[in-house]
Amino acid sequence: MLPDLGPRAVYVLLSYGVTLVLLAAIIGLSARRAIKVRRALEEIENG
Amino acid sequence: MSMWEYANPKKFMDWTAPVLPWAFGIAGLLTGVGLVWGFFFTPEAELFGATVKIIYLHVPAALMAINAWFMMLVASLIWVIRRHHVSALAARAAAPVGMVMTVIALATGALWGIPTWGTYWVWDPRLTSFMILFLFYLGYIALWEAIEDPDTAADLTAILCIVGSVFAILSRYAVRFWNQGLHQGTSVPVVTGGRTVADVYWVPLLMCMIGFGVLFVALVLLRTRTEIRLRRMRALTARTTRAA
Repeated sequence: MLPDLGPRAVYVLLSYGVTLVLLAAIIGLSARRAIKVRRALEEIENG
Repeated sequence: MSMWEYANPKKFMDWTAPVLPWAFGIAGLLTGVGLVWGFFFTPEAELFGATVKIIYLHVPAALMAINAWFMMLVASLIWVIRRHHVSALAARAAAPVGMVMTVIALATGALWGIPTWGTYWVWDPRLTSFMILFLFYLGYIALWEAIEDPDTAADLTAILCIVGSVFAILSRYAVRFWNQGLHQGTSVPVVTGGRTVADVYWVPLLMCMIGFGVLFVALVLLRTRTEIRLRRMRALTARTTRAA
């Protein structure tokens, strides 16, 4: 249940939305790249 | 054992592997608890109303945007002085994370500014220096991508990082230097310790600040490990090409 944020709710919710999306993006992209590169290196090392 | 040995790529991979899950776990826990506490269980402020809840995002992100650049500066200086490859790769790994923190600080600041100042942007010393810091992040990342030879790229980006540090310092102390503009002074002065944040907001804010800090460390470690692997991949591929 959301707290009553009054007439300024849109600014608060947008701030949380933008931040969470950006943090999720940098974490997700970093993790995806890490997995991709690790697999590619394993492939090269194992011939 | 000298501390520099931890910067050996093999040793770096060894000690960071067990640290990473803990770092992400602590970052998630601190940031999650801090944000839920701040969002759901703290009251509105007299001056800001409900928008005071943006402080849990804006202040930690701004803090990390500046500190990330200082971390890159230290890593760049280590590269320039001692030629440790891992430090150059760590600086490269930190840049996109620092840039995201800068974007979060700018975006949440703009959203906070609309109801508080009546505008999302003014050419205020702190806002302007933050915008320039963002452009330095973009330039730094672009420079790394543009230069093929990794050592040359590390040298040139290190110089850019040293130059950009002026704006990182300005971002932090702009309000004090010029004493004008709309942005208020530092909420949590590290040196003087005289914070202006009320007690009721302080603990969740502190949790978010530490949480963002640990998240930054976790992401930099993860991304540096990736850069080390990429470097090894390039070396192995070059060796195979030469042999063929």
